[in-house]
Amino acid sequence: MTIRFDKLGVVIAALAAYAAFLAPFATFRANRIVPGQARPILEALPVTTGPLLLAILVLAALVALFRTPLILRLAVSVVALVALALLIGVAGTFLTPAGNTFARVSPASGFWILIFAFTLLLADVLTRLNLSPWARVGVLVVAALAIGLLLISGRWDSLSILKEYSNRADSFWAEGSKHVTLALGSLLAAVIVGLPLGILCHRVESLRAGVLNVLNIIQTIPSIALFGLLIAPLGWVATHVPGAAALGIRGIGTAPAFVALFLYSLLPVVANTVVGLAGVPRAANDAARGMGMTDRQRLFGVEFPLAFPVILTGIRIVLVQNIGLATIAALIGGGGFGVFVFQGVGQTAMDLVLLGAVPTVALAFAAAIILDAVIEMTATKRRVETA
Amino acid sequence: MKAWLPLLLRLALVVLLVAFITSPGWFEPLLRPLTENNAPAIYNQGSLLTLTLLHLRTVLIATVAATIVAVALAILVTRPAGAEFLPLSRSLVNIGQTLPPVAVLALAVPAVGFGEKPTLIALFLYGLLPIFENALTGLTTLPANVVEAARGAGMTGWQRLTKVELPLSAPIILGGIRLSVVISLATATIGSTVAARTLGEVIIAGLLSNNLAFILQGGLIVAALAVLIYDGLSAVERYTARRMGREVE
Repeated sequence: MTIRFDKLGVVIAALAAYAAFLAPFATFRANRIVPGQARPILEALPVTTGPLLLAILVLAALVALFRTPLILRLAVSVVALVALALLIGVAGTFLTPAGNTFARVSPASGFWILIFAFTLLLADVLTRLNLSPWARVGVLVVAALAIGLLLISGRWDSLSILKEYSNRADSFWAEGSKHVTLALGSLLAAVIVGLPLGILCHRVESLRAGVLNVLNIIQTIPSIALFGLLIAPLGWVATHVPGAAALGIRGIGTAPAFVALFLYSLLPVVANTVVGLAGVPRAANDAARGMGMTDRQRLFGVEFPLAFPVILTGIRIVLVQNIGLATIAALIGGGGFGVFVFQGVGQTAMDLVLLGAVPTVALAFAAAIILDAVIEMTATKRRVETA
Repeated sequence: MKAWLPLLLRLALVVLLVAFITSPGWFEPLLRPLTENNAPAIYNQGSLLTLTLLHLRTVLIATVAATIVAVALAILVTRPAGAEFLPLSRSLVNIGQTLPPVAVLALAVPAVGFGEKPTLIALFLYGLLPIFENALTGLTTLPANVVEAARGAGMTGWQRLTKVELPLSAPIILGGIRLSVVISLATATIGSTVAARTLGEVIIAGLLSNNLAFILQGGLIVAALAVLIYDGLSAVERYTARRMGREVE
């Protein structure tokens, strides 16, 4: 019998070996802004747990290195990730001197590389398992629940990012809901305006090039400039249109951010609606006409359902893009998680940056997985029906 | 006559752009009404020309790096030896795209410091996906008879790659580069929130001092650059496509 290496496993094992033995596992700082001291695994954890973690990591890396059954690879990647997640909390408690409230412990590069390496292994297994859309959403829900449980259990409370959170718990949720409202609200507005506009562009050919060109040019304006440029016109509307100010329309704040995100969202929605409708097979349209369907019946009964997966792809692009761009709203007083990111950059307090960045990344990631699953479901459903 | 109109418009845009960044003083009366309290109408904390060149340099470096990595990766996963990395590399590049630019910039700061480097990292990450996707499409949709003919002519794998597959995929790869450049031009402005010297500096100065003229000039220069570069690269793409005999929409 010959021993066979897994190509990706070689990369994962190399990363894990470097991170476990050479890179620091946690950083200890006397307060939140001084430079930290790096601690490797054996110094960051109590006498018994340090070697235990090393043993788990070595074993998991070995399983990754050789060609092993998928189910075993799945098991070790989950075990390694859970061990890392639990023990970084232990490191936080272990490194913080008793009763000291200024000291900060945060995960260091070794921890992040290990998380990356074993997430890579997990991602590879999940890709190879070729999960159904429902199963992928299921994995996402389980991961979210596990992280939620860890947060509620207080095992991570000793870590720096959660100390930043506990100082700002109220504003965290307020900014978070503002962020989600901005991203989802502007998406909704873009769909309400973009779908009819796309249908119109599909029907009226002379409009198409013009509308798409204008929307294309809007996309080239840098986001921070567009946010800024809307301040003046909205300020004018607020003072000159009766009732506008009462609706919350103001020069700075949420209104220009909302309008900017809406403008950026239009192109993907309109363009994908046009592409989707153009891709409807001529035979389907002819058959519908032959059956005596009116234009309206044809649109809702035939063209729209067939174009739906393509339109959804546009919506996915917009949602992921909006969740990211909404961070910029903080620059013009529009709130959102960007508030923490920019405050953190200003104070060079990286834990504060993470407090804003991690939820944003998580939201964008979850949105991408869920919408990808929905797109796949609608696309396969169609294929089954037409087959 | 009509065919000349777009070209004429583009030439006018080039002249206007060059005039604006070399001697912005001429345009002062136009921007003056946008300012309040006698604030300066033209950015005065650095030359617009220098900022434009630095902006372009940042985008160029990031795009070249992204092109090299993305094309190399696409070549690797379309060879038999790397085929098993194909699904994973696709999902990884996709995940890279979901990271918000501001988050990447801010998180790169502790690792590489303030300035140009975090911006380069963010632009590189965002540039990868369109180029990688297009390179994959290009390399996997080659006309089968051409590849067979090359094999039949006794070409080695390397010769087929450099003499047949890459030249034939060039127009599609260029399409990916064009998308990536336009995204990078706009994203580079955000780099100024972590002290990179790009045209974003002008916009942010405008936001901080409530000066609409600054915001407008910064935004318009970037938008004009993006439109011109997009057009230029589209032309190069059409030219190579015609030479390769491949249809590009």
